[in-house]
Amino acid sequence: MSHPVTDDRQSTHTPVGLIAFAWTLVGVPLAYGLYNTVKAASALFGG
Amino acid sequence: MAVPSFLARDRIVARPGFNRWLIPPAALAVHLCIGQAYATSVYKTALVEHFDTSLTAIGIIFSIAIVMLGVSAALFGTWVDRNGPRAAMFTSAVFWVAGFLVGGVGIETGQLWLLYLGYGVLGGIGLGIGYISPVSTLIKWFPDRPGLATGMAIMGFGGGALIASPLSRQLMNYYDPAYDGTAGTVPNGEAVAALFFTLAAVYLVFMMFGAFIVRVPADGWRPTGFDPSSVKKKALVTTENVSANNAIKTPQFWLLWTVLFCNVTAGIGILEQAAPMIQDFFRNGETSTVAAATAAGFVGLLSLFNMGGRFVWSSTSDFIGRKPIYMVYLGVGMVLYVILATLGSTATWIFVLTAAIIISFYGGGFSTVPAYLRDLFGTYQVGAIHGRLLTAWSAAGVAGPLIINGVLDTQGTPGQLVAANYRPALFIMVGLLAIGFIANLLIKPVAAKWHESTATTPATARANPERSAAR
Repeated sequence: MSHPVTDDRQSTHTPVGLIAFAWTLVGVPLAYGLYNTVKAASALFGG
Repeated sequence: MAVPSFLARDRIVARPGFNRWLIPPAALAVHLCIGQAYATSVYKTALVEHFDTSLTAIGIIFSIAIVMLGVSAALFGTWVDRNGPRAAMFTSAVFWVAGFLVGGVGIETGQLWLLYLGYGVLGGIGLGIGYISPVSTLIKWFPDRPGLATGMAIMGFGGGALIASPLSRQLMNYYDPAYDGTAGTVPNGEAVAALFFTLAAVYLVFMMFGAFIVRVPADGWRPTGFDPSSVKKKALVTTENVSANNAIKTPQFWLLWTVLFCNVTAGIGILEQAAPMIQDFFRNGETSTVAAATAAGFVGLLSLFNMGGRFVWSSTSDFIGRKPIYMVYLGVGMVLYVILATLGSTATWIFVLTAAIIISFYGGGFSTVPAYLRDLFGTYQVGAIHGRLLTAWSAAGVAGPLIINGVLDTQGTPGQLVAANYRPALFIMVGLLAIGFIANLLIKPVAAKWHESTATTPATARANPERSAAR
């Protein structure tokens, strides 16, 4: 992913699990909020 | 002002091979928390009853927070750019959480001034620093898609309200079982105080998570396959840099300030009055054909479009350009406001559709502006410049409700208003959007005299951020 121009430090590897965990941690509350808002908005369409 | 070493920028410079897709969730962890600011209406009535005061006295808490957001973003923007996102996110978390704790104590002890100081002042400082904390970092990690990157983060601010509203209702129901969230039931003050303490704990964990996973790219880093010279070919986009102190001396900054102010003021005009407005537009005598539950659904739909617009429009701006997308927000926005004013009461679907698109433009205006600033002023102090621009939001937060409420006060009594009573306010919004449209048209590339010397490296710039302030 990265393309260092002048960086001679030891390279790293970001674990895929950490990325998945981070996205899940923010994604689950967001999904909860979206679900509840869509449920509330459905009243607009007679739901 | 030095920061402890574990927060220092130097400690979070990413090593080669770091995956940049860890940065958006770090930004979202902060913005999803501070977005709670838009969910204060869920306990507003409870606080009015608890303190036995007016709605205005409680509404001031939110106004103080938004004013402090603008003030702190403007004052601490340079500090945020110098010390990096971890120090900024950490500081934001401390202030935001302290705001809830002090506010909660204020509710427990019946001291309204503590709520002003806590949620309003301390929380507002947390809002301002937190809002700008990831923006400059995201722009540097995603030079190829700055609109997408800032759209993701600022979408989180809209999403924060979507989460906090139902969560707050459920928690208040847990702390006060007599409250079930339906119309007519109000939670007691102890339940609201307990909610504040619970949110403080949850937000502390989330925001600290963001602070500790965030990284800044090494100087000179760029994504694989990205050619910076391809960016320069686009109109208005510079590869030069302008300092925050010089940016505010340019007409471009103030034109963009005007654009943001007009776009936000117009959006607030609808957001402020959403639920009563849809009922008034379809009022037949004493009653409205739109039920209260349906009006609440309309508010929910607007929240979705507010959030979605932040991501979709900002991402689109990467392809069509920042100036054209603001021409859409402001130009199409004007047409939509005219449709709303003249045809909005003829059919519910016309009203709902036009209002929803207007609100998506409102959200898009917020999320696209950091990328617009990057295009005009470069990445050098874009966080600080963004912070100073957010004073437009504070000003709009005062002007928007003043315009809509001021006009409606002259038109009749709440609960008896009809569509025609809203027309003067809606046409004022059309005029504001026209001013914003012209301001956007006048934006040209920043004059070379404001550019930083090419000898200024990111590291030396951070070491002496006010170097060119006297120019």
